Amino acid sequence: MDFLRPAGWPEALAAKARHPAAVPLAGGTDVMVEINFDHRRPEHLLDLGRVAELHTWETDGDHVRLGAAVPYAHVIDRLAAPLPGLALAARTVGSPQIRNRGSVGGNLGAASPAGDSHPALLAAGADVEAASVRGTRLIPVEEFYTGVKRNALAPDELIRAVRIRRATGPQQFAKVGTRNAMVIAVCSFALALHPHDRTVRTGVGSAAPTPVRARTAEDFLTAALAQDGLWETARPLPPSVVREFGQLAAGACRPIDDVRGTAAYRRHAVAVLARRTLGWAWDAYRAGEGREALCA
Amino acid sequence: MTNDHRLRTGGRTRGGVGESAPRPDGTLKVTGEFAYASDLWHEDMLWGHTLRSPHAHARIRALDTTEALATPGVHAVMTYADLPAATHYGLEIEDTPVLADGVVRCHGEPVALVAADHPETARRAAARIRVAYEELPLVTDEATATAPGAPVLHPGRTDAHAAHVPHPNVVHRQPVVRGDVTAARARADVVVTGDYEVGMQDQAFLGPESGLAVPAADGGVDLYVATQWLHADLRQIAPVLGLPEDKIRMTLSGVGGAFGGREDLSMQAHACLLALRTGRPVKMVYNRFESFFGHVHRHPARLHYEHGATRDGDLLFVTARIVLDGGAYASSSPAVVGNAASLAVGPYEVDNVDVEALALYTNNPPCGAMRGFGAVQACFAYEAQMDKLADALGTDPVELRRRNAMSQGSVMPTGQVVDAPAPVAELLRRVKALPMPPERQWETAGGACDLRALPGGLSNTTHGEDVVRGVGYAVGIKNVGFSEGFDDYSTARVRLTAAGGEPVVTVHTAMAEVGQGGITVHTQIARTELGVERVVLHPADTRVGSAGSTSASRQTYVTGGAVKAACEAVREKALARGRARFGAAHPAWATAGLRLEDGKVVTDGGEVLALLADLLEDDEPVEAEVEWRHRPTEPFDLRTGQGFGHVQYSFAAHRAVVEVDTALGLVKVVELACAQDVGKALNPLAVTGQIQGGTAQGLGLAVMEEIVVDPATARVRNPSFTDYLIPTVLDTPAIPVDVLELADEHAPYGLRGAGEAPTLSSTPAIVAAIRRASGLALHRVPVRPEHLTGT
Amino acid sequence: MRVNLTVNGRALHADDVWEGESLLYLLRERLGLPGSKNACEQGECGSCTVRLDGVPVCACLVAAGQAEGRDVVTVEGLAGRAGLPEGALTPVQQAFADAGAVQCGFCTPGLIVAADDLLRRDPDPSDADIREALAGNLCRCTGYEKILDAVRLAAARTGPGEDRP
Repeated sequence: MDFLRPAGWPEALAAKARHPAAVPLAGGTDVMVEINFDHRRPEHLLDLGRVAELHTWETDGDHVRLGAAVPYAHVIDRLAAPLPGLALAARTVGSPQIRNRGSVGGNLGAASPAGDSHPALLAAGADVEAASVRGTRLIPVEEFYTGVKRNALAPDELIRAVRIRRATGPQQFAKVGTRNAMVIAVCSFALALHPHDRTVRTGVGSAAPTPVRARTAEDFLTAALAQDGLWETARPLPPSVVREFGQLAAGACRPIDDVRGTAAYRRHAVAVLARRTLGWAWDAYRAGEGREALCA
Repeated sequence: MTNDHRLRTGGRTRGGVGESAPRPDGTLKVTGEFAYASDLWHEDMLWGHTLRSPHAHARIRALDTTEALATPGVHAVMTYADLPAATHYGLEIEDTPVLADGVVRCHGEPVALVAADHPETARRAAARIRVAYEELPLVTDEATATAPGAPVLHPGRTDAHAAHVPHPNVVHRQPVVRGDVTAARARADVVVTGDYEVGMQDQAFLGPESGLAVPAADGGVDLYVATQWLHADLRQIAPVLGLPEDKIRMTLSGVGGAFGGREDLSMQAHACLLALRTGRPVKMVYNRFESFFGHVHRHPARLHYEHGATRDGDLLFVTARIVLDGGAYASSSPAVVGNAASLAVGPYEVDNVDVEALALYTNNPPCGAMRGFGAVQACFAYEAQMDKLADALGTDPVELRRRNAMSQGSVMPTGQVVDAPAPVAELLRRVKALPMPPERQWETAGGACDLRALPGGLSNTTHGEDVVRGVGYAVGIKNVGFSEGFDDYSTARVRLTAAGGEPVVTVHTAMAEVGQGGITVHTQIARTELGVERVVLHPADTRVGSAGSTSASRQTYVTGGAVKAACEAVREKALARGRARFGAAHPAWATAGLRLEDGKVVTDGGEVLALLADLLEDDEPVEAEVEWRHRPTEPFDLRTGQGFGHVQYSFAAHRAVVEVDTALGLVKVVELACAQDVGKALNPLAVTGQIQGGTAQGLGLAVMEEIVVDPATARVRNPSFTDYLIPTVLDTPAIPVDVLELADEHAPYGLRGAGEAPTLSSTPAIVAAIRRASGLALHRVPVRPEHLTGT
Repeated sequence: MRVNLTVNGRALHADDVWEGESLLYLLRERLGLPGSKNACEQGECGSCTVRLDGVPVCACLVAAGQAEGRDVVTVEGLAGRAGLPEGALTPVQQAFADAGAVQCGFCTPGLIVAADDLLRRDPDPSDADIREALAGNLCRCTGYEKILDAVRLAAARTGPGEDRP
């Protein structure tokens, strides 16, 4: 095994071009588990820890450009205002120690259907900035996940950053696990209201081979909100709309039975999470900006 | 001498029995300097690695180690063919192959060993061992194990149970029959039946199986290891190495928890074999994945119960059939069967009982000792039955329990009269009387939500929607010490000497300190009995006699008893020396009731006669070695289960308050109160720590912990801390503890073994509370969200 | 490969490090610092928690090579880094010993590093804050009650406003 330690981004891209099978290593929270348990023996480890720009973020207009290796702890502490859904999701990742190392870029690289950031990225709207010595391209996050633990990166590409739309309305994220902390998602659901263009977007985690948007549910809700003029009136949502939204969200699932949960439970739980997150987000929209959610 | 100012101050020795003395190893453990087995290091040492079977039942058609042996850095590769002497071992039945004997009977069974200069070299070499497996039909439950033509996993059994079991795939079977169930059933106004299931729980101690074997010049080996019972290891290792026991010197190294999981051998014999083969020290450390295959687990169980009562709520009869899955090898299955059978009814008076308990051989992971074994499984079922009966009678579940609670003088289903306090009703009363935790604790002052107080926690699954509170109660009974006629003894060597003008006590036992605090208690006993504050603990090793196992809630009782007895012998010898030396000078030396206190010899009336240091200086140390036994027990009759089987019983009661998100099936345990009788709390801080720790393990079994075995392949599906979940601090609630101290006159200081009882009733109390909240008849633990949502 | 790093204030190096080794292995097996514990090696127990450039992380998930040039503080170095004399305990260490928070002790070093970090950030945490901060550290012996007691005790002894070492 070789340990490659590029000092900067161009060097990292060059190394990846030279060794397309090299495994990028940032927080180590996925890769090191695989190495410790002898599940993986890459010929090259590509340590991105020294590439400073991966650890920074910046705001450009409507987007936050989040460096691939910015730890979840920073997303929680510093980016909760522009990225509230992602911050909520980040708070559910592993443990404080993991949140100090793990990053959205790592989550994308691993592309596990259970990764906590994916639903929040799908709901917010995001593009993955993939780079190689050949250049840089933006991959819409919905197109990034290509299969179980597979993504759209070319062998010579690395994730430089994720460009995430700044929130213009309330966002929510909820995840079911069988423990109250430090747990991998049995399933998860994210919802973002986008009042500026009167749309709603969602993300479903751990309930299909890849993270997915529940598009039928989104279309239904977007239409229902428009039809009744609810964006303008901010009236309570009809219970039938909430119910239908939950059912349609569950319909987006293609879950499996595994050691963490059954397919039937996942479908059921996604419906519940969709209803609840919609309720919380709509309450927040009605209450106006900056109001804390009240208990049910 | 009487002018010596030190003689004027009398008084109690500090840090004795009954005080919350600090742990002697506390400072080392908080600074990181305490040496656990996995921390050991030796110049020139090699790393041992185990190749394990991916199959649960297979014949090994061919095994080729050539390529592995040729790997640079590899010093030895060993298989079954390389074993020098005995090829099998076992705690109760010698049925476990040291390395697979041509057949593997469970997933993860050791097949070959490698010693190399780096763990990665050893792993790569192990991957180059070519094994050709031919898969065999699986035995996975009672039906497949006892079906006509079922593969017999251990043909030609000659063990003590072979003659009486109904099928060779049954390890042991124990009925307990008392009274006339048929007649009682005819009189019963209400009968409730139920089928229950307990999943396979793992001890999940944090310190992985580890040790270091160092070959010695005399052809023997020094083994430093984390274990629960040094001498039982020794007895099993010696025949495997083909060495006399005195050529194997074992020393306990730091143990990172045990809970039963270190009662069987793991890497002990393997490391020694590699060390003797290579002539080099060999260290073996399992990682978490391997640890799940490196030790036995709690027996999963299926239990069928029938309870009958009068309409007033008097229990008339109980029948039970308890089927425990012992997995591929016996381990302590026979003792688990004995516990399950004899404690099947719980802490209740029932005159008519018909119980059958048995353990199976299957191709599932081997199961054996885990905290509360046999009694944990039964308690989940009989407490569920008591709630069901209360519902059927329309009575309060706690009241029904109190009405039928056993007490001192009650007769167990085994015919044994309980001859010590059995405050079952009182424990229930106390735990029920504790104040209830406030409702809606997640609601903060401004009406906002603190997610951490809700089911799902930070995962943000509810802000209070569909959250329902439930309260449940349970009580349990556990035997203390080794039962059924086992010669259960401990050895202690105590030495009183003077150093720098001060008396010093050295205590030497082979007791495995696994975290329970036995060493603290030994220090306290020595202080109390010998009136000396400075106590030095000799490392636990095999240069002193056996201390038995750190299990069965027995160490404070039995090794504590041995230390007390040895101290008493030392005291008598010291007083005899004092009489011989100073008796002529002071008539009080001839009086009865002389004590040792605060470094002095003191009369019954408090007069100081001498300084201990003066007795000891310029003379031989005073020393005594005692082999101490609790009163004998007897085996259960094989047909009726009658017999004085247990030396002592231990009782705890729990009240669980839970909040259930009934839509998602997620549970938050809000509070888990416990009342337990400990006879005498030798160290109150340590005893509450034991109770809280045992309670938390019961919580794990109730709502999350299970080793999931694929029924189609008998392979473990979740051997990691990612998918075998144990409670975090956000899952574990406040655990208020009410300790009762009713002395058992048969035990040292009146104490009662305390470690296991809290693990029993915690689980059924939580499930009872979840039933109250959800309205569902839950019959299986761990309770999963699927069970609560009907998915 | 060679790895150079600072551990508990001392510049150290190790040679012949295998590229797949973790910082935890490096500390325990090569640098003679086994205080950080190897309970799960998958970031699920917190027993190996160390401060890496001041931030608590699981040493098992940091590749040894990633620690090149970095500053690491382990449980063995907490007292020294707090300026305490040889053999002295930090307030958190003392509180763990006093409160009965230690049984087998295998989780203790990681918990102490995590609790120490919490009290640096928040000298007077609520119970819920303590639970959230320690949720990445599993303990199998104590049921956590006495660990909470220890953190409360350490916070009370140090007191808000006083200098925390």
